[in-house]
Amino acid sequence: MPKAVAQTPPAVALNGRYQGEIQAVDQFLRFGPFRFACGKELPEVVLAYQTYGELNADRSNAILICHALSGNQHAAGRMPDRPTSRPWWDDCIGPGKAFDTNRFFVICSNVLGSCSGSSGPAEINPATGRHWALDFPIVTIADMVKAQVRLIDHLGIAKLLSVAGGSMGGMQVLQWASHHPDRLVSAMPIATTARHSPMQIAFDAVGREAITRDPYWHGGDYYDRTEKPDAGLAVARMVGHITYLSEQSMHEKQFGDRLNRDVGSGRTGRDFLKPEFQVESYLLYNGQKFPERFDANAYLYVTKAMDDFDLTQATGRLADAFRQAVDVKFLVLSFTSDWLYPSHQSRDLVRALNALGITVTYVDIDSVWGHDAFLLEPDRMTRILTNYLNGLAAGQT
Amino acid sequence: MHDVRARPDLTAIAELVTEGSRVLDLGCGTGELLAYLIEAKSVRGTGIELHEEAVMDCVGKGLTVVQGNLNDGLEDYPDQSVDYVILSQTLHYLNRPVRVLQEMMRVGRQVVVSLPNWGHWRARLDLVLKGRMPEAPILPEPWHGARRWQAVTIADFLEFCLIERIQVLDSIYLAGTRPVKNPSTAKWRATTGVFVLQAPHTR
Repeated sequence: MPKAVAQTPPAVALNGRYQGEIQAVDQFLRFGPFRFACGKELPEVVLAYQTYGELNADRSNAILICHALSGNQHAAGRMPDRPTSRPWWDDCIGPGKAFDTNRFFVICSNVLGSCSGSSGPAEINPATGRHWALDFPIVTIADMVKAQVRLIDHLGIAKLLSVAGGSMGGMQVLQWASHHPDRLVSAMPIATTARHSPMQIAFDAVGREAITRDPYWHGGDYYDRTEKPDAGLAVARMVGHITYLSEQSMHEKQFGDRLNRDVGSGRTGRDFLKPEFQVESYLLYNGQKFPERFDANAYLYVTKAMDDFDLTQATGRLADAFRQAVDVKFLVLSFTSDWLYPSHQSRDLVRALNALGITVTYVDIDSVWGHDAFLLEPDRMTRILTNYLNGLAAGQT
Repeated sequence: MHDVRARPDLTAIAELVTEGSRVLDLGCGTGELLAYLIEAKSVRGTGIELHEEAVMDCVGKGLTVVQGNLNDGLEDYPDQSVDYVILSQTLHYLNRPVRVLQEMMRVGRQVVVSLPNWGHWRARLDLVLKGRMPEAPILPEPWHGARRWQAVTIADFLEFCLIERIQVLDSIYLAGTRPVKNPSTAKWRATTGVFVLQAPHTR
Protein backbone atom coordinates (compact mmCIF):
# COMPACT_ATOMS: atom_id res chain seq x y z
CA MET A 1 0.00 0.00 0.00
CA PRO A 2 1.44 3.39 -0.90
CA LYS A 3 1.88 5.81 1.91
CA ALA A 4 -1.22 7.93 1.55
CA VAL A 5 0.38 10.97 3.03
CA ALA A 6 1.22 13.93 0.86
CA GLN A 7 2.92 17.14 1.86
CA THR A 8 -0.12 19.31 1.33
CA PRO A 9 -1.07 22.48 3.12
CA PRO A 10 -4.53 22.51 4.71
CA ALA A 11 -7.13 23.10 2.04
CA VAL A 12 -9.60 24.43 4.52
CA ALA A 13 -8.84 26.22 7.70
CA LEU A 14 -9.74 23.96 10.59
CA ASN A 15 -12.63 25.18 12.64
CA GLY A 16 -11.01 28.19 14.24
CA ARG A 17 -7.96 28.37 16.42
CA TYR A 18 -9.02 27.77 19.96
CA GLN A 19 -7.84 30.23 22.54
CA GLY A 20 -9.29 29.02 25.80
CA GLU A 21 -9.09 31.08 28.95
CA ILE A 22 -8.64 27.94 31.02
CA GLN A 23 -5.27 26.52 31.94
CA ALA A 24 -5.75 22.82 31.36
CA VAL A 25 -3.62 20.31 33.28
CA ASP A 26 -3.55 16.53 33.02
CA GLN A 27 -4.20 14.58 36.18
CA PHE A 28 -3.96 10.82 36.63
CA LEU A 29 -5.93 8.36 38.72
CA ARG A 30 -4.53 4.85 39.28
CA PHE A 31 -6.76 2.18 40.68
CA GLY A 32 -7.23 -1.56 40.62
CA PRO A 33 -7.77 -4.33 40.27
CA PHE A 34 -10.02 -3.63 37.30
CA ARG A 35 -12.08 -6.38 35.74
CA PHE A 36 -13.04 -5.78 32.11
CA ALA A 37 -16.37 -6.91 30.68
CA CYS A 38 -14.46 -9.55 28.70
CA GLY A 39 -13.49 -11.19 32.00
CA LYS A 40 -9.81 -10.21 31.99
CA GLU A 41 -8.55 -8.42 35.04
CA LEU A 42 -5.66 -5.98 35.34
CA PRO A 43 -4.06 -5.29 38.73
CA GLU A 44 -4.08 -1.57 37.97
CA VAL A 45 -5.39 0.84 35.34
CA VAL A 46 -4.82 4.55 34.83
CA LEU A 47 -7.23 7.28 33.81
CA ALA A 48 -5.92 10.60 32.51
CA TYR A 49 -8.36 13.41 33.20
CA GLN A 50 -8.77 17.15 33.44
CA THR A 51 -11.14 19.30 35.46
CA TYR A 52 -12.29 22.87 34.91
CA GLY A 53 -14.04 25.13 37.41
CA GLU A 54 -14.60 24.47 41.10
CA LEU A 55 -16.59 21.80 42.87
CA ASN A 56 -19.10 23.58 45.11
CA ALA A 57 -19.57 22.92 48.83
CA ASP A 58 -22.40 20.42 48.48
CA ARG A 59 -20.73 18.78 45.47
CA SER A 60 -23.81 19.23 43.31
CA ASN A 61 -22.37 21.13 40.33
CA ALA A 62 -20.27 18.42 38.66
CA ILE A 63 -20.72 17.64 34.96
CA LEU A 64 -18.90 14.79 33.27
CA ILE A 65 -18.05 15.31 29.61
CA CYS A 66 -17.44 12.16 27.53
CA HIS A 67 -15.29 12.34 24.43
CA ALA A 68 -15.75 10.70 21.04
CA LEU A 69 -13.54 8.25 19.11
CA SER A 70 -10.52 10.47 18.50
CA GLY A 71 -10.99 12.87 21.42
CA ASN A 72 -9.27 12.89 24.76
CA GLN A 73 -9.36 14.46 28.22
CA HIS A 74 -8.31 17.84 26.85
CA ALA A 75 -11.84 19.18 26.25
CA ALA A 76 -11.24 22.85 27.02
CA GLY A 77 -8.62 25.50 27.65
CA ARG A 78 -4.98 25.75 26.80
CA MET A 79 -2.33 23.33 27.99
CA PRO A 80 0.85 25.26 28.80
CA ASP A 81 2.99 22.13 28.58
CA ARG A 82 1.34 20.93 25.34
CA PRO A 83 0.61 24.12 23.38
CA THR A 84 -0.20 22.24 20.18
CA SER A 85 -2.97 20.17 21.79
CA ARG A 86 -6.33 21.42 20.62
CA PRO A 87 -9.25 21.23 23.06
CA TRP A 88 -12.08 19.47 21.26
CA TRP A 89 -15.05 21.22 22.92
CA ASP A 90 -13.62 24.62 23.82
CA ASP A 91 -16.62 26.31 22.18
CA CYS A 92 -18.93 24.86 24.81
CA ILE A 93 -16.78 24.62 27.97
CA GLY A 94 -15.36 27.66 29.73
CA PRO A 95 -16.26 30.84 31.60
CA GLY A 96 -19.63 32.08 30.35
CA LYS A 97 -19.98 29.22 27.85
CA ALA A 98 -22.66 26.51 27.80
CA PHE A 99 -20.85 24.42 30.38
CA ASP A 100 -20.01 27.53 32.35
CA THR A 101 -16.91 26.87 34.43
CA ASN A 102 -17.85 29.79 36.66
CA ARG A 103 -20.86 27.72 37.74
CA PHE A 104 -20.01 24.11 37.06
CA PHE A 105 -17.21 21.70 37.87
CA VAL A 106 -16.48 20.05 34.54
CA ILE A 107 -14.63 16.74 34.30
CA CYS A 108 -13.34 14.98 31.20
CA SER A 109 -11.29 11.78 31.17
CA ASN A 110 -9.54 9.85 28.42
CA VAL A 111 -11.41 6.58 27.80
CA LEU A 112 -9.84 3.23 28.58
CA GLY A 113 -8.29 1.74 25.45
CA SER A 114 -7.41 5.16 24.02
CA CYS A 115 -3.95 6.72 23.92
CA SER A 116 -3.71 10.06 25.73
CA GLY A 117 -2.51 8.77 29.06
CA SER A 118 -5.21 6.31 30.07
CA SER A 119 -4.56 2.58 30.02
CA GLY A 120 -4.65 1.13 26.54
CA PRO A 121 -2.62 -0.81 23.99
CA ALA A 122 -0.07 2.01 23.61
CA GLU A 123 0.80 1.99 27.33
CA ILE A 124 3.45 -0.17 28.98
CA ASN A 125 2.43 -3.50 30.50
CA PRO A 126 4.23 -3.42 33.89
CA ALA A 127 4.50 -7.21 33.89
CA THR A 128 6.58 -7.29 30.72
CA GLY A 129 7.99 -3.77 30.51
CA ARG A 130 6.77 -3.65 26.92
CA HIS A 131 3.78 -2.04 25.26
CA TRP A 132 0.54 -3.92 25.70
CA ALA A 133 -0.26 -3.86 21.99
CA LEU A 134 -2.89 -6.51 21.25
CA ASP A 135 -2.49 -8.18 24.66
CA PHE A 136 -4.56 -5.39 26.16
CA PRO A 137 -8.03 -6.68 27.06
CA ILE A 138 -10.91 -5.83 24.72
CA VAL A 139 -12.49 -2.63 25.97
CA THR A 140 -16.22 -1.91 25.93
CA ILE A 141 -18.24 1.26 26.47
CA ALA A 142 -19.29 -0.36 29.76
CA ASP A 143 -15.61 -0.65 30.79
CA MET A 144 -14.99 3.01 29.92
CA VAL A 145 -17.94 4.08 32.07
CA LYS A 146 -17.03 1.72 34.91
CA ALA A 147 -13.63 3.43 35.08
CA GLN A 148 -15.30 6.86 35.00
CA VAL A 149 -17.46 5.83 37.96
CA ARG A 150 -14.24 5.15 39.89
CA LEU A 151 -13.01 8.61 38.97
CA ILE A 152 -16.24 10.24 40.16
CA ASP A 153 -15.98 8.24 43.41
CA HIS A 154 -12.41 9.44 43.80
CA LEU A 155 -13.51 13.05 43.33
CA GLY A 156 -16.07 12.56 46.10
CA ILE A 157 -19.09 13.18 43.90
CA ALA A 158 -22.18 11.17 44.79
CA LYS A 159 -24.34 12.54 42.00
CA LEU A 160 -23.39 14.26 38.77
CA LEU A 161 -25.56 17.18 37.72
CA SER A 162 -25.15 15.88 34.19
CA VAL A 163 -23.16 13.65 31.91
CA ALA A 164 -22.87 14.86 28.33
CA GLY A 165 -21.21 13.80 25.12
CA GLY A 166 -21.57 13.37 21.38
CA SER A 167 -21.09 10.33 19.18
CA MET A 168 -19.14 7.72 21.20
CA GLY A 169 -19.36 10.19 24.07
CA GLY A 170 -23.12 9.88 23.78
CA MET A 171 -22.85 6.10 24.03
CA GLN A 172 -21.05 6.55 27.36
CA VAL A 173 -23.84 8.92 28.43
CA LEU A 174 -26.44 6.25 27.63
CA GLN A 175 -24.39 3.61 29.43
CA TRP A 176 -24.24 5.88 32.50
CA ALA A 177 -27.99 6.44 32.42
CA SER A 178 -28.70 2.76 31.90
CA HIS A 179 -26.33 1.30 34.49
CA HIS A 180 -25.69 4.10 37.01
CA PRO A 181 -28.89 6.17 36.98
CA ASP A 182 -28.66 6.84 40.72
CA ARG A 183 -25.44 8.78 40.10
CA LEU A 184 -27.04 11.27 37.66
CA VAL A 185 -29.51 14.12 37.73
CA SER A 186 -29.52 14.40 33.94
CA ALA A 187 -28.05 12.88 30.79
CA MET A 188 -27.29 14.58 27.48
CA PRO A 189 -26.72 12.08 24.66
CA ILE A 190 -25.88 13.97 21.46
CA ALA A 191 -25.75 12.64 17.88
CA THR A 192 -25.52 9.08 19.12
CA THR A 193 -27.17 5.69 19.25
CA ALA A 194 -27.97 2.99 21.78
CA ARG A 195 -26.80 0.37 19.34
CA HIS A 196 -24.20 0.64 16.58
CA SER A 197 -25.83 0.03 13.22
CA PRO A 198 -24.46 -2.21 10.47
CA MET A 199 -23.51 0.90 8.48
CA GLN A 200 -21.55 2.37 11.37
CA ILE A 201 -19.82 -0.97 11.92
CA ALA A 202 -19.03 -1.16 8.21
CA PHE A 203 -17.11 2.12 8.19
CA ASP A 204 -15.21 1.11 11.32
CA ALA A 205 -14.38 -2.23 9.71
CA VAL A 206 -12.83 -0.45 6.71
CA GLY A 207 -10.78 1.70 9.07
CA ARG A 208 -9.51 -1.33 10.97
CA GLU A 209 -8.76 -3.11 7.72
CA ALA A 210 -6.66 -0.15 6.52
CA ILE A 211 -4.59 -0.35 9.70
CA THR A 212 -4.14 -4.11 9.93
CA ARG A 213 -3.19 -4.32 6.23
CA ASP A 214 -0.50 -1.71 6.64
CA PRO A 215 2.81 -3.66 6.33
CA TYR A 216 4.20 -1.62 9.21
CA TRP A 217 1.45 -2.74 11.59
CA HIS A 218 3.28 -6.05 12.33
CA GLY A 219 0.43 -7.67 14.22
CA GLY A 220 0.25 -4.64 16.46
CA ASP A 221 3.90 -4.87 17.60
CA TYR A 222 5.24 -1.71 16.01
CA TYR A 223 6.03 0.36 19.09
CA ASP A 224 9.77 -0.38 19.09
CA ARG A 225 10.13 0.07 15.34
CA THR A 226 10.93 3.28 13.51
CA GLU A 227 8.19 2.77 10.93
CA LYS A 228 4.65 2.83 12.25
CA PRO A 229 1.37 1.94 10.49
CA ASP A 230 0.76 5.64 9.94
CA ALA A 231 -0.48 5.20 6.37
CA GLY A 232 -3.13 2.71 7.43
CA LEU A 233 -4.21 4.92 10.30
CA ALA A 234 -4.33 7.90 7.94
CA VAL A 235 -6.64 6.04 5.55
CA ALA A 236 -8.83 5.00 8.48
CA ARG A 237 -9.05 8.64 9.50
CA MET A 238 -9.91 9.69 5.92
CA VAL A 239 -12.82 7.26 5.87
CA GLY A 240 -13.90 8.60 9.23
CA HIS A 241 -13.80 12.19 8.04
CA ILE A 242 -16.02 11.39 5.07
CA THR A 243 -18.64 10.02 7.43
CA TYR A 244 -18.45 13.09 9.68
CA LEU A 245 -19.27 15.43 6.77
CA SER A 246 -22.39 15.62 4.68
CA GLU A 247 -22.97 15.97 0.98
CA GLN A 248 -24.11 19.52 1.61
CA SER A 249 -21.23 20.46 3.91
CA MET A 250 -18.77 19.28 1.24
CA HIS A 251 -20.42 21.75 -1.12
CA GLU A 252 -20.33 24.49 1.52
CA LYS A 253 -16.62 23.91 1.98
CA GLN A 254 -16.20 24.06 -1.81
CA PHE A 255 -14.60 20.66 -1.73
CA GLY A 256 -15.34 20.15 -5.42
CA ASP A 257 -12.95 22.94 -6.41
CA ARG A 258 -9.74 22.00 -8.15
CA LEU A 259 -6.48 22.95 -6.42
CA ASN A 260 -5.01 23.96 -9.73
CA ARG A 261 -7.26 25.28 -12.50
CA ASP A 262 -4.66 24.54 -15.16
CA VAL A 263 -5.17 20.81 -15.61
CA GLY A 264 -5.09 20.56 -19.35
CA SER A 265 -1.76 19.59 -20.78
CA GLY A 266 0.33 16.50 -20.53
CA ARG A 267 -1.42 14.69 -17.72
CA THR A 268 -0.51 11.08 -17.19
CA GLY A 269 -1.49 8.45 -14.67
CA ARG A 270 1.35 9.65 -12.48
CA ASP A 271 -0.81 12.65 -11.64
CA PHE A 272 -3.13 10.31 -9.72
CA LEU A 273 -0.69 10.47 -6.81
CA LYS A 274 -1.24 14.20 -6.41
CA PRO A 275 -4.47 15.48 -4.90
CA GLU A 276 -6.40 17.53 -7.47
CA PHE A 277 -9.57 18.43 -5.61
CA GLN A 278 -10.00 20.31 -2.38
CA VAL A 279 -11.72 17.31 -0.83
CA GLU A 280 -8.72 15.10 -1.55
CA SER A 281 -6.40 17.64 -0.04
CA TYR A 282 -8.59 17.98 3.06
CA LEU A 283 -8.75 14.25 3.62
CA LEU A 284 -5.05 13.71 2.98
CA TYR A 285 -4.08 16.52 5.29
CA ASN A 286 -6.30 15.32 8.13
CA GLY A 287 -5.26 11.72 7.56
CA GLN A 288 -1.61 12.63 7.63
CA LYS A 289 -1.91 14.71 10.81
CA PHE A 290 -3.82 12.07 12.72
CA PRO A 291 -0.96 9.64 13.59
CA GLU A 292 0.83 12.53 15.32
CA ARG A 293 -1.74 12.32 18.07
CA PHE A 294 -3.37 8.92 17.80
CA ASP A 295 -2.22 5.32 18.05
CA ALA A 296 -3.21 2.76 15.41
CA ASN A 297 -3.94 -0.02 17.91
CA ALA A 298 -5.99 2.36 20.05
CA TYR A 299 -8.04 3.10 16.92
CA LEU A 300 -8.75 -0.63 16.61
CA TYR A 301 -9.74 -0.93 20.28
CA VAL A 302 -11.93 2.15 20.46
CA THR A 303 -13.80 1.51 17.19
CA LYS A 304 -14.41 -2.06 18.34
CA ALA A 305 -15.85 -0.74 21.60
CA MET A 306 -18.31 1.36 19.59
CA ASP A 307 -19.23 -1.55 17.32
CA ASP A 308 -19.86 -3.79 20.33
CA PHE A 309 -22.15 -1.21 21.92
CA ASP A 310 -25.73 -2.46 22.14
CA LEU A 311 -27.99 -1.48 25.01
CA THR A 312 -30.77 -3.65 23.56
CA GLN A 313 -28.66 -6.80 23.93
CA ALA A 314 -30.30 -8.12 27.11
CA THR A 315 -33.92 -8.27 25.99
CA GLY A 316 -34.05 -6.87 22.47
CA ARG A 317 -36.08 -3.89 23.70
CA LEU A 318 -34.41 -0.53 24.10
CA ALA A 319 -36.86 0.60 26.79
CA ASP A 320 -35.67 -2.22 29.06
CA ALA A 321 -32.22 -0.62 29.19
CA PHE A 322 -33.64 2.44 30.95
CA ARG A 323 -36.11 0.87 33.41
CA GLN A 324 -33.96 2.00 36.33
CA ALA A 325 -33.46 5.49 34.86
CA VAL A 326 -36.97 6.84 35.50
CA ASP A 327 -35.68 9.72 37.63
CA VAL A 328 -32.99 10.83 35.16
CA LYS A 329 -33.84 13.82 32.99
CA PHE A 330 -32.73 13.49 29.38
CA LEU A 331 -31.76 16.05 26.78
CA VAL A 332 -31.43 14.25 23.44
CA LEU A 333 -29.96 16.13 20.47
CA SER A 334 -29.51 15.09 16.87
CA PHE A 335 -28.68 16.92 13.65
CA THR A 336 -30.72 16.82 10.46
CA SER A 337 -27.78 16.19 8.11
CA ASP A 338 -26.02 13.60 10.30
CA TRP A 339 -26.18 10.43 8.22
CA LEU A 340 -23.67 8.51 10.35
CA TYR A 341 -25.81 8.78 13.50
CA PRO A 342 -29.10 9.71 11.85
CA SER A 343 -31.90 11.46 13.73
CA HIS A 344 -34.11 8.38 13.70
CA GLN A 345 -31.70 6.65 16.09
CA SER A 346 -32.22 9.52 18.53
CA ARG A 347 -35.97 9.39 17.96
CA ASP A 348 -35.96 5.66 18.78
CA LEU A 349 -34.24 6.55 22.02
CA VAL A 350 -36.80 9.28 22.77
CA ARG A 351 -39.66 6.87 22.10
CA ALA A 352 -38.16 4.29 24.45
CA LEU A 353 -37.85 6.94 27.15
CA ASN A 354 -41.40 8.16 26.53
CA ALA A 355 -42.66 4.61 26.87
CA LEU A 356 -41.23 4.61 30.39
CA GLY A 357 -42.63 8.05 31.22
CA ILE A 358 -39.11 9.45 31.56
CA THR A 359 -38.72 13.23 31.32
CA VAL A 360 -37.05 13.86 27.97
CA THR A 361 -36.46 16.92 25.84
CA TYR A 362 -35.49 16.28 22.23
CA VAL A 363 -34.31 18.67 19.55
CA ASP A 364 -33.41 17.71 16.00
CA ILE A 365 -31.13 20.62 15.17
CA ASP A 366 -31.28 21.79 11.58
CA SER A 367 -27.67 21.80 10.37
CA VAL A 368 -25.74 21.14 7.18
CA TRP A 369 -22.58 19.99 8.95
CA GLY A 370 -23.35 16.28 9.19
CA HIS A 371 -22.09 14.34 12.20
CA ASP A 372 -19.46 17.02 12.86
CA ALA A 373 -22.32 19.40 13.70
CA PHE A 374 -22.07 18.62 17.40
CA LEU A 375 -18.69 20.36 17.31
CA LEU A 376 -19.52 22.94 14.62
CA GLU A 377 -22.82 24.44 15.80
CA PRO A 378 -21.59 26.23 18.93
CA ASP A 379 -24.20 28.99 18.85
CA ARG A 380 -27.23 26.76 18.83
CA MET A 381 -25.59 24.22 21.11
CA THR A 382 -24.79 27.00 23.55
CA ARG A 383 -28.33 28.33 23.43
CA ILE A 384 -29.94 25.00 24.08
CA LEU A 385 -27.41 23.65 26.60
CA THR A 386 -27.37 26.90 28.59
CA ASN A 387 -31.16 27.05 28.70
CA TYR A 388 -31.43 23.40 29.62
CA LEU A 389 -28.84 23.66 32.39
CA ASN A 390 -30.60 26.78 33.71
CA GLY A 391 -33.89 24.88 33.80
CA LEU A 392 -32.16 21.98 35.51
CA ALA A 393 -30.59 24.24 38.11
CA ALA A 394 -33.96 25.94 38.70
CA GLY A 395 -35.66 22.57 39.16
CA GLN A 396 -33.02 21.58 41.68
CA THR A 397 -33.71 24.36 44.14
CA MET B 1 -46.19 32.76 13.59
CA HIS B 2 -46.48 31.07 16.97
CA ASP B 3 -45.54 34.13 18.94
CA VAL B 4 -48.36 36.26 17.64
CA ARG B 5 -51.14 33.74 17.83
CA ALA B 6 -53.82 34.88 20.20
CA ARG B 7 -54.43 32.60 23.15
CA PRO B 8 -57.81 33.37 24.67
CA ASP B 9 -58.19 29.68 25.51
CA LEU B 10 -55.29 29.71 27.98
CA THR B 11 -57.28 30.47 31.12
CA ALA B 12 -60.21 28.37 29.94
CA ILE B 13 -57.99 25.30 29.60
CA ALA B 14 -56.36 26.01 32.95
CA GLU B 15 -59.82 25.99 34.54
CA LEU B 16 -60.46 22.50 33.17
CA VAL B 17 -57.15 20.97 34.30
CA THR B 18 -56.73 19.54 37.78
CA GLU B 19 -53.99 20.85 40.04
CA GLY B 20 -50.76 18.81 39.90
CA SER B 21 -51.88 16.58 37.04
CA ARG B 22 -49.75 15.16 34.24
CA VAL B 23 -50.21 16.96 30.94
CA LEU B 24 -49.09 16.34 27.36
CA ASP B 25 -49.51 19.40 25.10
CA LEU B 26 -49.56 18.55 21.39
CA GLY B 27 -48.34 21.27 19.06
CA CYS B 28 -47.23 23.27 22.07
CA GLY B 29 -45.64 26.04 19.99
CA THR B 30 -43.38 28.24 22.07
CA GLY B 31 -44.88 26.81 25.24
CA GLU B 32 -47.21 29.60 26.48
CA LEU B 33 -49.92 27.17 27.56
CA LEU B 34 -47.52 24.71 29.23
CA ALA B 35 -45.72 27.48 31.09
CA TYR B 36 -49.10 28.88 32.16
CA LEU B 37 -50.36 25.50 33.37
CA ILE B 38 -47.16 24.85 35.32
CA GLU B 39 -47.44 28.28 36.90
CA ALA B 40 -51.18 28.26 37.58
CA LYS B 41 -51.86 24.58 38.19
CA SER B 42 -48.45 23.07 39.08
CA VAL B 43 -48.87 20.44 36.37
CA ARG B 44 -46.11 18.10 35.28
CA GLY B 45 -46.11 18.91 31.61
CA THR B 46 -44.46 17.81 28.38
CA GLY B 47 -44.91 19.33 24.95
CA ILE B 48 -44.57 18.03 21.42
CA GLU B 49 -43.73 20.57 18.75
CA LEU B 50 -42.69 20.31 15.12
CA HIS B 51 -40.64 23.46 14.64
CA GLU B 52 -37.08 23.68 15.94
CA GLU B 53 -37.21 27.40 16.77
CA ALA B 54 -40.36 26.92 18.85
CA VAL B 55 -38.78 23.92 20.59
CA MET B 56 -35.73 26.04 21.39
CA ASP B 57 -38.02 28.71 22.89
CA CYS B 58 -39.67 26.05 25.05
CA VAL B 59 -36.29 24.89 26.35
CA GLY B 60 -35.55 28.55 27.07
CA LYS B 61 -38.63 28.59 29.29
CA GLY B 62 -37.35 25.53 31.12
CA LEU B 63 -40.05 23.29 29.61
CA THR B 64 -39.75 19.63 28.69
CA VAL B 65 -40.46 19.31 24.99
CA VAL B 66 -39.94 16.73 22.28
CA GLN B 67 -39.50 17.81 18.68
CA GLY B 68 -41.78 15.65 16.58
CA ASN B 69 -44.58 15.42 14.08
CA LEU B 70 -48.08 14.75 15.46
CA ASN B 71 -49.03 13.10 12.21
CA ASP B 72 -46.60 10.32 13.15
CA GLY B 73 -48.84 9.54 16.11
CA LEU B 74 -47.95 9.16 19.74
CA GLU B 75 -46.65 5.63 19.24
CA ASP B 76 -44.72 4.76 22.35
CA TYR B 77 -46.67 6.75 24.89
CA PRO B 78 -48.33 4.06 26.99
CA ASP B 79 -52.13 3.81 27.27
CA GLN B 80 -53.73 6.20 29.77
CA SER B 81 -50.28 7.37 30.89
CA VAL B 82 -51.14 11.05 31.36
CA ASP B 83 -54.09 12.83 32.91
CA TYR B 84 -54.69 15.26 30.03
CA VAL B 85 -53.62 15.29 26.43
CA ILE B 86 -54.20 18.80 25.12
CA LEU B 87 -54.59 19.87 21.51
CA SER B 88 -54.87 23.63 21.60
CA GLN B 89 -55.43 25.60 18.38
CA THR B 90 -53.74 22.84 16.38
CA LEU B 91 -56.51 20.50 15.14
CA HIS B 92 -57.01 22.42 11.92
CA TYR B 93 -53.35 21.93 10.92
CA LEU B 94 -53.38 18.12 11.19
CA ASN B 95 -53.34 15.83 8.16
CA ARG B 96 -55.38 13.11 9.84
CA PRO B 97 -57.22 14.60 12.80
CA VAL B 98 -59.18 11.41 13.54
CA ARG B 99 -56.06 9.38 14.04
CA VAL B 100 -54.49 11.98 16.30
CA LEU B 101 -57.67 12.29 18.38
CA GLN B 102 -57.83 8.50 18.76
CA GLU B 103 -54.21 8.46 19.87
CA MET B 104 -54.92 11.27 22.33
CA MET B 105 -57.78 9.33 23.88
CA ARG B 106 -55.62 6.22 24.12
CA VAL B 107 -52.78 8.05 25.90
CA GLY B 108 -54.77 10.49 28.04
CA ARG B 109 -57.37 9.81 30.67
CA GLN B 110 -59.02 12.95 29.38
CA VAL B 111 -58.51 14.94 26.23
CA VAL B 112 -58.80 18.70 25.87
CA VAL B 113 -59.31 20.16 22.40
CA SER B 114 -59.61 23.85 21.67
CA LEU B 115 -60.39 25.07 18.18
CA PRO B 116 -61.18 28.28 16.38
CA ASN B 117 -64.78 28.32 15.17
CA TRP B 118 -65.14 28.89 11.46
CA GLY B 119 -68.89 28.92 12.12
CA HIS B 120 -68.69 32.30 13.83
CA TRP B 121 -71.27 34.74 12.44
CA ARG B 122 -68.61 36.97 10.87
CA ALA B 123 -67.10 33.99 9.04
CA ARG B 124 -70.57 33.06 7.82
CA LEU B 125 -71.17 36.56 6.50
CA ASP B 126 -67.77 36.62 4.78
CA LEU B 127 -68.79 33.68 2.64
CA VAL B 128 -72.42 34.63 2.08
CA LEU B 129 -72.04 38.36 1.45
CA LYS B 130 -68.49 38.73 0.14
CA GLY B 131 -67.97 35.31 -1.41
CA ARG B 132 -64.78 35.07 0.54
CA MET B 133 -63.39 31.94 2.19
CA PRO B 134 -63.60 32.89 5.85
CA GLU B 135 -60.49 33.05 7.97
CA ALA B 136 -60.64 31.69 11.47
CA PRO B 137 -61.73 34.44 13.86
CA ILE B 138 -58.72 34.17 16.15
CA LEU B 139 -56.18 32.79 13.70
CA PRO B 140 -55.76 35.43 11.06
CA GLU B 141 -53.89 33.32 8.56
CA PRO B 142 -55.11 33.67 4.99
CA TRP B 143 -55.64 30.58 2.87
CA HIS B 144 -52.38 31.25 1.02
CA GLY B 145 -50.48 31.61 4.29
CA ALA B 146 -47.58 29.58 5.51
CA ARG B 147 -49.48 26.51 6.65
CA ARG B 148 -52.43 24.64 5.22
CA TRP B 149 -55.42 24.61 7.51
CA GLN B 150 -58.71 22.79 7.45
CA ALA B 151 -61.70 24.96 8.35
CA VAL B 152 -63.79 23.33 11.10
CA THR B 153 -66.82 24.74 12.91
CA ILE B 154 -68.01 23.96 16.41
CA ALA B 155 -71.06 22.33 14.80
CA ASP B 156 -68.76 20.13 12.66
CA PHE B 157 -66.75 19.09 15.67
CA LEU B 158 -69.73 18.22 17.85
CA GLU B 159 -71.25 16.18 15.04
CA PHE B 160 -67.96 14.35 14.62
CA CYS B 161 -67.90 13.50 18.35
CA LEU B 162 -71.45 12.22 18.09
CA ILE B 163 -70.66 9.96 15.12
CA GLU B 164 -67.46 8.65 16.72
CA ARG B 165 -69.35 8.27 20.04
CA ILE B 166 -66.73 10.39 21.76
CA GLN B 167 -68.05 11.64 25.10
CA VAL B 168 -68.00 15.41 25.53
CA LEU B 169 -67.57 15.77 29.28
CA ASP B 170 -67.33 19.52 29.38
CA SER B 171 -67.23 22.49 27.03
CA ILE B 172 -66.41 26.17 27.26
CA TYR B 173 -67.31 28.64 24.51
CA LEU B 174 -65.52 31.93 24.15
CA ALA B 175 -66.32 35.05 22.14
CA GLY B 176 -62.93 36.71 22.06
CA THR B 177 -61.79 36.26 25.63
CA ARG B 178 -65.28 36.33 27.21
CA PRO B 179 -67.41 33.25 27.79
CA VAL B 180 -70.55 32.80 25.72
CA LYS B 181 -73.31 32.65 28.33
CA ASN B 182 -75.97 30.83 26.35
CA PRO B 183 -74.47 27.62 24.88
CA SER B 184 -77.30 27.27 22.35
CA THR B 185 -75.95 30.38 20.61
CA ALA B 186 -72.33 29.23 20.75
CA LYS B 187 -72.25 27.78 17.23
CA TRP B 188 -72.53 31.24 15.74
CA ARG B 189 -71.37 33.50 18.59
CA ALA B 190 -68.25 31.68 19.80
CA THR B 191 -64.82 32.35 18.29
CA THR B 192 -63.27 29.47 20.25
CA GLY B 193 -64.57 26.18 21.57
CA VAL B 194 -62.81 24.22 24.32
CA PHE B 195 -63.90 20.61 24.86
CA VAL B 196 -63.04 17.92 27.37
CA LEU B 197 -63.39 14.53 25.72
CA GLN B 198 -63.20 10.91 26.68
CA ALA B 199 -62.97 7.75 24.59
CA PRO B 200 -66.23 5.87 23.92
CA HIS B 201 -65.39 2.79 25.99
CA THR B 202 -64.13 4.42 29.18
CA ARG B 203 -66.79 4.48 31.86
